[in-house]
Amino acid sequence: MSSLQAMMDWLNDPLNWTNPDGILVRLREHLVISVLAVLFGALVAWPVGVWLGRRGSASGLIVVISNVTLAVPVTAMLTILPLTFIGFGKPAVVVALAIFAIPPLLANAYTGVHEIDPEVRESARGMGLSEWQALTRVELPLAVPYLATGLRIAVVQVIATAALASFVNGGGLGQIIAAGFGALPPEKGYGQVLAGAVLITALALLIDALMALAQRKLTPANLRNAARK
Amino acid sequence: MSSLAYGETGNPWFSWTYVHDNSQTIRAALVDHIVITVWSVAIAAAIAVPLAVLAYWVRSLATPILTSAGVLYTIPSLALLAFLAPFLGTGRITVVVALVMYALLIIVRNTLTGLMQVPGDVREAATAMGYSRLARLTRVELPLALPGILVGLRLATVSTVALVTVGAIVGSHGALGGLILSGFRNNFYKAQIATAALLCVALALILDLILLGVSRALTPWTRRRAS
Repeated sequence: MSSLQAMMDWLNDPLNWTNPDGILVRLREHLVISVLAVLFGALVAWPVGVWLGRRGSASGLIVVISNVTLAVPVTAMLTILPLTFIGFGKPAVVVALAIFAIPPLLANAYTGVHEIDPEVRESARGMGLSEWQALTRVELPLAVPYLATGLRIAVVQVIATAALASFVNGGGLGQIIAAGFGALPPEKGYGQVLAGAVLITALALLIDALMALAQRKLTPANLRNAARK
Repeated sequence: MSSLAYGETGNPWFSWTYVHDNSQTIRAALVDHIVITVWSVAIAAAIAVPLAVLAYWVRSLATPILTSAGVLYTIPSLALLAFLAPFLGTGRITVVVALVMYALLIIVRNTLTGLMQVPGDVREAATAMGYSRLARLTRVELPLALPGILVGLRLATVSTVALVTVGAIVGSHGALGGLILSGFRNNFYKAQIATAALLCVALALILDLILLGVSRALTPWTRRRAS
């Protein structure tokens, strides 16, 4: 296959790695965008999810939120946000990706806190823990398996979706594919297109594996069976 | 082209003039979007349901089937299109194949869950009544798994409608996504972006409601139990 050969050639050119818009720079952009998006997503979703989980039934609301975000194309969000007050550049991309990271984070935070046995909560209060202490020392540790599951889903999804930032010239590894598709005639860019696809897929699968490992390490052994996904 | 002018007044988020002047283009993109979605979900279902039945019959195959579908699902959409384009070209086929791969996992997982939920005594009763394995599947197990299958179809349809737009990166086959992308590239034509995005969401909602109606008509017993 000549496309595969062209891909190997493209990946073997050291300049394609070290150029100002080379693989290493794109990889850094990709990771920075993704980390910021998950961070902001978690900053919003976790407190809200924990609060809703303690208050009681909000599962209907959470289902609606996840369904609506499923129906909104990421491409639409990525093109619309830069044209609002947020402006062009990285912030718009980060906000767009953060919005799509919220549903898994929110749903799992809600379930994690909601599923806690009310008796556990009562005994924590009965032992003289304040509301805040009961939350931080009893409820949140018990919710860790769910929080970790949500975080893992969100991270993997954001890493994958960040490739679409290239639609609005937002940086990241997707830019390599977009540039390859921009070549004329199209066949000329196929080596680069395939190279970009391999890099993004490798990153997504690697991050997925790392998150699975981290999730295992973070979850206390006696809770490991609680949040099987 | 006054529509390409800059500024808040010259570039509104919604404009009937745009919709009116471009009704042909918009309708073509919408029809294209529907055709791609329906084909993708239909092909995915035609592959996924037999796969789920295979995993159900041969339990040792369940893990490999779910794992490989899961790996396909983890491949970022843009990368999947980029993998396929050099070999399948930049036509509509590439987009449909990529979408089928994504919808697979959702439908396989939900069908398998539905089949697993068939109560053991129901299965035994069917066998005791002399049903063969195939007859038991088509007359007892699949009908009982129908709610799960239909939930999978609904999820797959809604996410496919949104994902079609990513196809815009390969040539002009993103249907409404093509309008979104070209609107962005042509001086950030807000009316075009917003109209196409709105139509995407509306299409997802309408297809979801249609499938909800179908699933209610096909599985009246689930409603009776709920009420």
